[in-house]
Amino acid sequence: MAQCAASLFDPQQIEEIRRDLLKFASLQLRDHALAEDVVQEALAAALTSARDFAGRSALKTWVFAILKNKIVDQIRLQARTTNISALSTDEESMDQTFDSLFKANAHWHPDHRPAGWGDPEESLRQQRFWEVFDVCLNHLPENTARVFMMREFLEFETPEVCTQLGITTSNCNVILHRARNGLRRCLEKSWFASGERPC
Amino acid sequence: MLSCKEATRLMSEAQDRKLGLGEKMNLEMHLAMCTGCRHFKSQTNFLREACRRYVDESRQHKD
Repeated sequence: MAQCAASLFDPQQIEEIRRDLLKFASLQLRDHALAEDVVQEALAAALTSARDFAGRSALKTWVFAILKNKIVDQIRLQARTTNISALSTDEESMDQTFDSLFKANAHWHPDHRPAGWGDPEESLRQQRFWEVFDVCLNHLPENTARVFMMREFLEFETPEVCTQLGITTSNCNVILHRARNGLRRCLEKSWFASGERPC
Repeated sequence: MLSCKEATRLMSEAQDRKLGLGEKMNLEMHLAMCTGCRHFKSQTNFLREACRRYVDESRQHKD
């Protein structure tokens, strides 16, 4: 029995899982030390639970589910001490940039009209694309990123994001729109820049 | 008639809630005439897909 348990918890495999999850948690929390603690707790909780894992992908899925909850707890704590809807200078400048994409009549400025991205699916298979994606996510201002990641990475429905963070739905919408446009622009500039402009 | 700026807000919200019939029709009409916004829409869809993929990579183990 003891031997069986030992082979399940192969240190190298756990180290691999830890590394992947640490990357995920750091991106969400923007605090490496805190991310390390949270991942450690999630791993400990998963390994000490009486659950039977059918292989390592089951273990990882389980740890990931625990980790998501722990990240949300942390975000909720952070939300208590920060005003998520307050605009930082970074967020203000993102909004100004967004406005500058349009002409006075609120239609696209010809120079800034979104371009076609060709076959973006192809990009998802390239390691280099994910590095750019990481950089673009890290470029988002903290509060904007927090709301966006809760929606897209922790997969909460929008009303739940608003409730957890104590912001209004319309505020949530504004923040998500800002995040999506910021990411879109960053990927366009840093990855899809060679795409053709529509006339 | 919807402006492009308003259309981008609706396209973002469409990722978070079901649009009303009127909103949907206005948006469809706008998209039929506007290449820039059609690109914006596929780009937003792509972002969602990329995020899903990102989470899956973190959640699943590659053997």
